[in-house]
Amino acid sequence: MVTQVIRSEWTKIRSVASTVWTLSLAVVVTIALGMLISALSKNEFADMSRRDQASFDPTFISFAGMGLGQLAMIVFGVLVVSNEYSTGMIRSSLAAVPQRGTFLFSKIAVATGLSLAVGLATSFVTFFLGQAMLGDHRAEIGDPGVLRAVIGGGIYMTLIAMFSMGVAAMLRSPMLSLGILMPFFFLISNILGNVSATEKIGQYLPDQAGSRIMQVVTPLDDDKPYGPWGGLGIMLLWVIAALAGGYLTLKKRDA
Amino acid sequence: MIEAVGLTKRYGDKTAVYNLSFQVRPGSVTGFLGPNGSGKSTTMRMILGLDNPTAGHVTIGGYPYRKLPNAPRQVGALLDAKAVHGGRAARNHLLSLAQLSGIPARRVDEVLGVVGLQDVARRRSKGFSLGMGQRLGIAAALLGDPQVLLFDEPVNGLDPEGILWVRNLMKSLAAEGRTVFVSSHLMSEMALTADHLIVIGRGQLLADMSVKDFIAANSAGFARVRTPDTEPQLREKLAGALTEAGGHVLPEQDGALRVTGLPLPRISDIAHGTDVRLWELSPHQASLEEAYMRMTQGAVDYRSTTDQKEGLQQQLPPGAQPPMPVPGQGQPGWYAPPPPQQGGQPFAAPQGYGGAPETPNPYAQAAPQAPQPAPGHAPAQPAPPAAQSPVQPPVAPAAPPAPPTTAPTEPKDVR
Repeated sequence: MVTQVIRSEWTKIRSVASTVWTLSLAVVVTIALGMLISALSKNEFADMSRRDQASFDPTFISFAGMGLGQLAMIVFGVLVVSNEYSTGMIRSSLAAVPQRGTFLFSKIAVATGLSLAVGLATSFVTFFLGQAMLGDHRAEIGDPGVLRAVIGGGIYMTLIAMFSMGVAAMLRSPMLSLGILMPFFFLISNILGNVSATEKIGQYLPDQAGSRIMQVVTPLDDDKPYGPWGGLGIMLLWVIAALAGGYLTLKKRDA
Repeated sequence: MIEAVGLTKRYGDKTAVYNLSFQVRPGSVTGFLGPNGSGKSTTMRMILGLDNPTAGHVTIGGYPYRKLPNAPRQVGALLDAKAVHGGRAARNHLLSLAQLSGIPARRVDEVLGVVGLQDVARRRSKGFSLGMGQRLGIAAALLGDPQVLLFDEPVNGLDPEGILWVRNLMKSLAAEGRTVFVSSHLMSEMALTADHLIVIGRGQLLADMSVKDFIAANSAGFARVRTPDTEPQLREKLAGALTEAGGHVLPEQDGALRVTGLPLPRISDIAHGTDVRLWELSPHQASLEEAYMRMTQGAVDYRSTTDQKEGLQQQLPPGAQPPMPVPGQGQPGWYAPPPPQQGGQPFAAPQGYGGAPETPNPYAQAAPQAPQPAPGHAPAQPAPPAAQSPVQPPVAPAAPPAPPTTAPTEPKDVR
């Protein structure tokens, strides 16, 4: 049954232009913006304060495109799940696979596998092209913590997509899901994380906690109570909660 | 075999389906009839385990759908022809469903051929007409070569050739011993396709009988009697005499009388005895469509009202008569009277001849009745086909009920 759903979902993803395009967009945006900001940072390095130079993190700089690229991953995650509802395909799907848990998690597994492959490839390409832009200030893949950050970048993109799938399974409507997720990750999370009053809460949000994995050099004033893997763990908890919510919604509600 | 027992579904305080019990047997086409919003689709979804019933249960071959072993190979369904991702090619749509059910890809090309979509198989379904969409949905239902088939409004949007094709397909599927359950709001179509009928209104069972029995029980014959237009008092006189003799008399909107319960020779004798001349005395058979409308008219959720066009009236040219509503329209007695039967009716009786226009209009909300028309001479008015030609031609109307602008109750100036 699981292999049937997986084959079917693979057909669904590859046969629709929107999912293919959003994934491609995530790759292009992340890489292009990463290269651009890396190139700009190289030129500005000489003008930076000592403090900034000391905490300069070439690896994290090359992932600067992730903030925008993750939005495309969110769209991908939302589309994979909510397309079923917006088209009404969900009824045919659940008539074919009445085991709703099997259906949902096999579906998410396919999209997750694809996100992971795309995310890792993007992460490595972004890193190497970004470092090439940075010239003398570059980091090497063999430096301590760098490989962890690069692999973590791919995992981060995957978890963002999974979180979106869980939210979409709960909300069902693509417009509603995107209307909540996009402003949240693009604006609200950043605001909460940068205003000192709400920083304590903001740092536990999925993207704030998860992106810690991509830092190699810890900022000087960093007082986050978790390390790179701890941050990724917090993000994973968010993902598990979203998926559990999506599963319960699908199981309880009428399709 | 589909079996529903006490099936009930409530959404909040709205009851969509109430205490529905029926069986759908293999080897025949069972028509599932009811007005729009009567709970047909909800029932179909509950059969497929998509919606959970509030009370009662429904089984296929003895199992609730979610427990049915190898469900997609046992049951095929067309629920909504538009439930397709428009950006996906028809073949890929079917392929994903086939893979989901563990059906080999070769079967996809087979069913595409069966429904006649092989030439557009690689086109995106976005550009499909409603009829092509229906064919694609039927192809999906046939994928698993199932023994039980459910079709929700399969002929919507099909051309006459397509309707004929669906009709023959249903019949041949049933002839192979399969269980075929087809919902429709078109009685005329079901009369030609189905062997057995389940009629619901407002979520409740109105009739569960074979088409033959339904016709026998509901399509009562009647006699149309017309007295000279020039002498209206003769009409009253004859109506009184016929009623006295045990007949059931209803006025028709063009001035004729509809008489049941009396044989034609007897009507002629009574007319002769009361010294009334007749311009017409003709036998008629009430159509199945009428019987169905009469049965469901008390259970129609969405009714049309007369379009009053207040403030939209165009200035009439000088000397022209303003359009006048026709007496008889929107008034009691529009339908053929129920068949005279001893021992009550086989189905729930409608709540009187409700005094509302006839065509259930899915787009209009119920609204207060139009003011009663002024009596007197009204312009001749084309009557709705159901009343004018009660013998139903064997051609199924393909179109859904007319939108408000073309409602048959709309007054027209024919001069």
